[in-house]
Parts: sequence; C-alpha cells; structure tokens
Amino acid sequence: MPGPFIEDAQIDHARKLAEEIVNPIFDLIRRNTTVSTERTVLRFFGISGAGARGVPLANLMVDKLKAAGVLNKGAAYWYGRALHLGAKSPLEAVEKLTALPTDKLGALPPEQEQNLREEVRAEARAAMEDMKSRIAQREELRKQFPMSPAPHKYVIVATGNIYDDVDQARAAAQAGADVIAVIRSTAQSLLDYVPHGATTEGYGGTYATQENFRIMREALDEESRKLKRYIQLTNYSSGLCMSEIAFCAAYEKLDMLLNDAMYGILFRDINMRRTFIDQYFSRRICAMAGIIINTGEDNYITTADAYDAAHTVIASQFINECFAKRAGLKDWQLGIGHSYEIDPYRDDTLLLELSQAMLVRRCFPDAPLKYMPPTKHKETDIFFSHAYDVMADLVAIWTRQGIQLLGMMTEAMHTPLLADRYVALKSASYIHRAARGIDEEFTVREDGKIANRAREVFGQAMKLLQECRDEGMVAAIGKGHFGDVKREETGGKGLDGVLEKAPDYFNPFLELLEAA
Amino acid sequence: MVKPSKQIIRPYGDRRDDGVVQLSFTLPVPLSEKAKEAAAVFAKKMGFSDVKVAAAERAADNYTFFVVYARSGMYLDYAEIDVPEVIVKKMSFDDLNAFIKEKVGRRIVVFGACTGTDTHTVGIDAILNMKGYAGDYGLERYPGFEAYNLGSQVPNEDLIKKALAKNADAILVSQVVTQRDVHKDNSRQFIDAAKAAGIHGKVQLLLGGPRVDHKLALELGFDAGFGPGTKPSDVANYIVHALLKKEGKEPHGMHYQGEPT
Ligand code: B12
Repeated sequence: MPGPFIEDAQIDHARKLAEEIVNPIFDLIRRNTTVSTERTVLRFFGISGAGARGVPLANLMVDKLKAAGVLNKGAAYWYGRALHLGAKSPLEAVEKLTALPTDKLGALPPEQEQNLREEVRAEARAAMEDMKSRIAQREELRKQFPMSPAPHKYVIVATGNIYDDVDQARAAAQAGADVIAVIRSTAQSLLDYVPHGATTEGYGGTYATQENFRIMREALDEESRKLKRYIQLTNYSSGLCMSEIAFCAAYEKLDMLLNDAMYGILFRDINMRRTFIDQYFSRRICAMAGIIINTGEDNYITTADAYDAAHTVIASQFINECFAKRAGLKDWQLGIGHSYEIDPYRDDTLLLELSQAMLVRRCFPDAPLKYMPPTKHKETDIFFSHAYDVMADLVAIWTRQGIQLLGMMTEAMHTPLLADRYVALKSASYIHRAARGIDEEFTVREDGKIANRAREVFGQAMKLLQECRDEGMVAAIGKGHFGDVKREETGGKGLDGVLEKAPDYFNPFLELLEAA
Repeated sequence: MVKPSKQIIRPYGDRRDDGVVQLSFTLPVPLSEKAKEAAAVFAKKMGFSDVKVAAAERAADNYTFFVVYARSGMYLDYAEIDVPEVIVKKMSFDDLNAFIKEKVGRRIVVFGACTGTDTHTVGIDAILNMKGYAGDYGLERYPGFEAYNLGSQVPNEDLIKKALAKNADAILVSQVVTQRDVHKDNSRQFIDAAKAAGIHGKVQLLLGGPRVDHKLALELGFDAGFGPGTKPSDVANYIVHALLKKEGKEPHGMHYQGEPT
C-alpha cells in the first residue's frame, strides 16, 4: 500500500465537503427533467426506431409533447395515454399521440389516471426485466471467460467505419487488449438526438448508436470465446444525450462508459443544469447495468498545467464520486480518471507522477481507477514518445490501476495505426509482468518528495473543496477552477431542453432504479 | 546571391554515405517466412538494397508488423534546397514593447481563434493568453498588443467580422485536427472569406498548428505559418516586423529570429 501520506479523517472530511457541494444540485435534479431523460424513458419502452429523414421516434414524440407544453408530466404518462387510445405498437403510439390536437391532452378522471399509471408501471417492470436478462447474458460470458488481471489494458479504435473498427478491435484483442473503446464522431456531443443505424463514414470516429454498439459487442463476444478471455467494450455517455446512450449501452451489454458529471459543461460547453440532470439518470442506468463509469478529470490537465492543477483533479474526483454514489454506483464501478501528464522536461516527474497516482489510490482504495497516458506533451519523436509511455506503464502497475489506457507513440500525429497498438500492448504487458507487486516491495518514505507532494496537493484540493462548498459549485465553475475553463449557469447548449416537473410527473423507470 | 557549390548528401547510418534508413510497416497477412519475404520484396520494390527484415512480429492473427533496415542509393544536392533565410534578431519583451511604442506609435490589434469544427484551444491560448507558453508570455501580456482570443469552433466569417470591427492588424487562425485534410479545407475557406471581406493582402493573416509550416500557409494564401514549438514572442516579433515592412518603415530582406522559414 503506497503510504498513508494523509490521515483517514482528512479523506473523510473531503468526502463530507463533496457531499455538501453536491446536495444543492440534487434539489435541481429532483425538481427538473430534460428532453433526453424523457427520450430515454421512451427507449426503455422499445421506441428505438427512426422516422422520416432518420429522426428518432423518441425525438418526434418528445418534441411534440414539449411543443404542446405537457412534457412536464413525463413521457411515460403520455405513452400510457397513447396505449389507451388503442395504439398496438410503439410506432403507433407515437403516431396517435402526435396526431392528437393539443386540447385533447387534458387530465383524465382520477381513477382512470391511477389505473393508467399502474398499467404503465407494469409495462415498465417488464421492460426492466428484459433489460436485466440481457445483462445477465453478459455476466454469464464474463464468468465463463474471466478477464486478465488488472491493470486492464485499454486501447481505442477510431477509423470512422464501424466495420473497420471491428477488424481493428479484433486485432487489438488478439494482441492482448482487455478493453476496446470505440471513439465517437467529433460533433456527436452537441447533437440533441442519438443517430440511428451503423456508421460507415464517421469523422474522427463513429457515432455512438445502438446498432454500432450491437455490431461491436457481437464481434467482441466472438473474440472473447475464441481467446477464452472476456474483452470489454466501452463508449461515451457524454454530451446532450447522456442517459439515452447509457440506455443503448446497457441494452447492448457494454461494460464501461465514459461518464462524467462535469465534462460536458467544461469541455463541450453544454449547459450546467442540463448536464447535472442528465448525468443523474444516466448513472442510475449504469448502476443497474453493472457498467463501470470512467470519469474525465484527466482532461483538466490537457488544458490547465498538470503540475499546477493537480489538486483540481483530486477535488473533482471527490465530487464525481459523490454524484456517482448518489446515483447508486458502487465502488467497483468507479473508474475515476487521472493521468500521467506533467511536462516531461521538468525534474522529478516520475516521482511527481507516482505521488499523484498514489494519492488517488489512497483516496479511492476500492475503486478501479482509470489511468490515462501522456498525451499533451507527446512529441512526434515516436521513440521518445514510446519511452515516455513506458514510464506511465510502470506507474500504473505500481499504483494498482484497474483500467489503464495505453499511450500511443504516434499520439502527437494521428489516431492510432494498428501497429501502434501492438507496440504499446507488447511493452505494457512486459512492464506489468516485470513489476507486478512492486508496491509491496518498496515503502514510500513519509518525509520524502513523493509523500510531501501528495500532502501538498491534497491540502490544495481541500481548500478548493472548501471554496466550492462555501461559494457553490456554480460559482466555482464560473471562476474557471476546473480545467481553466469558465462557464455560467444559464450559458451553453441545451438549457431549453430542461423543464420543471409537474406535481404529477411520472417516470416509472426512475422509480424502479431508485428503489433498487 | 551566389549559390554554394554542390553538396551531395545521403542518409547517414553508421558511416558517411552508407544510405541506411529504417522503416516500419504492417502487412495484412499472418506471420510466416513468406510474410517476411514479402516485406523484403516490398522494400526492394521501393528501391532499397541490402534489405534486412530486422523484426517480424505477430501484431494479430492476420497482421504482421515489420521493422526493416535497408540502404538507399538516392542522394540529393543540399545546395539546391531553397528555403528563405532566418534569424537576425529577436527582441526581448521590454525591448519589443518599447520598439512598438516608438515605431508603430499605437497598440497593435490582433484577433485569434481555432476556427471551423476544431475544438483544440491549447495552441492558440499558448500564443495569445497572458500565461503564454514554455515560460514565454502570451500576446495579451504585451502592452504593445491588444489581443482578442475568441476560443474554439469559431466560424471563419465570425472571426473576420469581429476582427474588422476593431480594425485588426493581424488575424491568427489555429488548426489542429488534420484528418482528411480538414485543416486545409477550412483554411482555404477562411482565405475565401477574407477575400470576400476585402482584407486579404491588407490584414496580416497567420496560420498555426502542429501540422502547419510556413510553406503550407503560403500555399493556402496566408502571410505566414507557424508550427509546433512556436513561442508567443516569435509571433509578436514577426507581427511587428511584418507591420513595419508593410508600412515601409523597415528595409526589405530584414529577418527576425522566429520568423517562419
Ligand atoms: C489536448 C487534446 C485534446 C483536448 C483539447 C482541449 C482543448 N480545449 O484544447 C480534447 C480532449 C477536448 C480533445 C478532443 C479531440 N481531439 Co485531441 N488532442 C489533444 C492533444 C493531446 C494535445 C493538443 C495540445 O493541446 N497540444 C499542445 C499545444 C500547445 O500544441 P499545438 O496545438 O501544436 O500549438 C502550438 C503550435 O502548433 C502553435 N500554434 C497552434 N495554433 C496556432 C495558431 C497560430 C496563429 C500560431 C501563430 C501558432 C499556433 O503554437 C502552439 C505553441 O507552440 C493532441 C495530441 C498531441 N499531443 O498533439 C490530441 C489530438 C490533436 N486530438 C485529436 C483528435 C482526433 C481529437 C478529437 C477529434 C477526438 C474525438 N473523436 O472526439 C477531439 C476533437 C473534437 C473537435 N471537434 O475538434 C488528434 C488529431 C488527429 C489529427 N491529426 O487530425 C490528436 C493528434 C490525438 C491523436 N493522436 O489522435 N483533444
């Protein structure tokens, strides 16, 4: 165990501060819903198709309800009304409802209202059972073909064509990868819908669609059986459709999702309220589906300096953890993000990186953690770049990271070539093999550079948490405390998709997920 | 200018003119003796001799990764490589500010952004923001400059419009994503927009990014291009010098350190 460095009571205090920071945001979450949350509800009921010009049916229906000013009762309620109108299929439900004049949307007599809700609840339970049985299949496969020991070697594929991605993913698995991440098309986070179908011409990646998820998971299931080693799949539940993507991922049996409570706000300029509300429902789904979330603190130190902003990573991790726990996620599901990003031309960087990684381990002993490789200071000198990555491999095994993204020697040039992944996997396997257990052999001195730096960073993190508690999260983000990026509460994209719940708001899936 | 006499060069491995190069590539076939021979044949087809397939690795079931050493018979005349001259002088922060005050007599207005669909702001921030880059102050910090950084994903037209409204002396465009040459397409579109707005050839137009160099920038219609490792002071010195040159206050053929080559 890498040092105490700090006392348990200090860590408890950090958790308490995070709790107090997050509390007021839960008022907001409880009082409001969003268009994407409501679309997720419809997807749970099986409304996953697309209508004319590829517009998802869930969008058609939610937009119509929003335009009629009645979405605040919850899409599930209107789904029930549509069934009462005699709809036989989800598609028909959408049609019936969208055809109805607005003045026909008033409340029913109380008894009918009650019955309607009970019927919809029953249907929701059935949908949830269906979902759970699919997830059980994944659990079965995982049991049959156990994964390699941690750190799980995580690599990305990013060809823009899901079928090429499949070839690259299989190749990576054969070369020793444990986790495949399919990179998303560049602008998807700002789309207020989940595109439909398979992507063959994505830009910078493929769209996160249910069909792409299915295609890739099917290939990896096959590869897992062949290799007798379960290969995990991950994608991005971020942007304007966090919870819809979480639903698609759960349904298609993905294993992990990039899912951060603040990333969209800071790095995609998505509205704060929208993100906070969306992340909650998305994380509820992840909790139920046994999906490991990966948080995005590593991004802070691609914009801000990794040495100066080290404490913002720690502070944000406590906040992200608190949001996650309150959405029902367990420790084993918290791939808390951090990275090896200090400018390599400084002195002592191996010590500083060890210090930071050990501190994160110390604060979150039971979480898998997600460790990112160097990216920002990568050079086009691929030989140097490779050596630089190997140092991150060493820190990863030393600090028992659960999930390790492998650095690519061509990071400063292009998305990885097939051979780049191979070279990275080969050397990471070597380092993991060579140094496993190193943490038990060496004790870190409590009065040395590593411990002192850890205490310094933790101290600054506590100050920042205190400030966030005193001034509120909104003000802290407004001041650019995280990632040097400043955002306002009513700025950014997607605020018009936030609505206050009516007193009789209805969401049976949220009820089920919260009861679990 | 007199051309220097011929200077024939070849790659240097272990001895002068041995022509040794190293290559690595992947072939979509399983590892086998045949695959190794295929790699050697491929290298020979590229014109290499003395081909040594140093490593053939099973990168996946159906892919083999090779590292190859070989010799090239190619040579070139270094004297014929033509690149504009560099490095005469670069002023310190204080000297440059004093120089601007004296020679330009007002603050120089610059606008910058990462335009198109690109969200990478770190590069343009490094040049423009107070903090700067690698210990070198950004343009915002110079009393002699009035710098506006519009951030990322800014439409080219917006950047031009806002720069025009403040009578900008220079516009700085950053392009980081280069997949499918999107940086070139977007840069051309910027130049078209600049022409339409009538500022091309009037306002200094600078392009920068990790895959940008001066030559590319000139080809695309910019006045200068800056690549990886650029310091804000390089850009500051260049802009002052270009401005004075334009106003006829500085002799032609004068070059500042950091001016793109
Ligand atoms: C940090 C980073 C991010 C951050 C950006 C945060 C931010 N706000 O900027 C985040 C995580 C958001 C990100 C997102 C993405 N990224 Co990115 N990212 C990087 C990374 C790691 C570092 C870039 C960086 O900050 N460099 C440091 C700065 C200081 O260097 P610089 O930009 O070269 O700038 C210097 C000079 O070029 C010059 N300069 C730059 N601009 C200008 C302008 C002027 C006028 C002048 C004078 C000078 C100048 O001066 C600067 C100082 O010297 C690089 C990998 C790498 N190491 O290069 C990938 C990289 C650039 N990203 C990449 C990709 C693909 C993406 C995504 C598309 C991924 C995706 N599918 O979602 C998205 C982008 C979405 C979009 N629409 O753009 C690829 C680009 C591949 C390519 N060649 O096209 C890279 C190379 C990684 C890779 N190997 O795949 N990324």
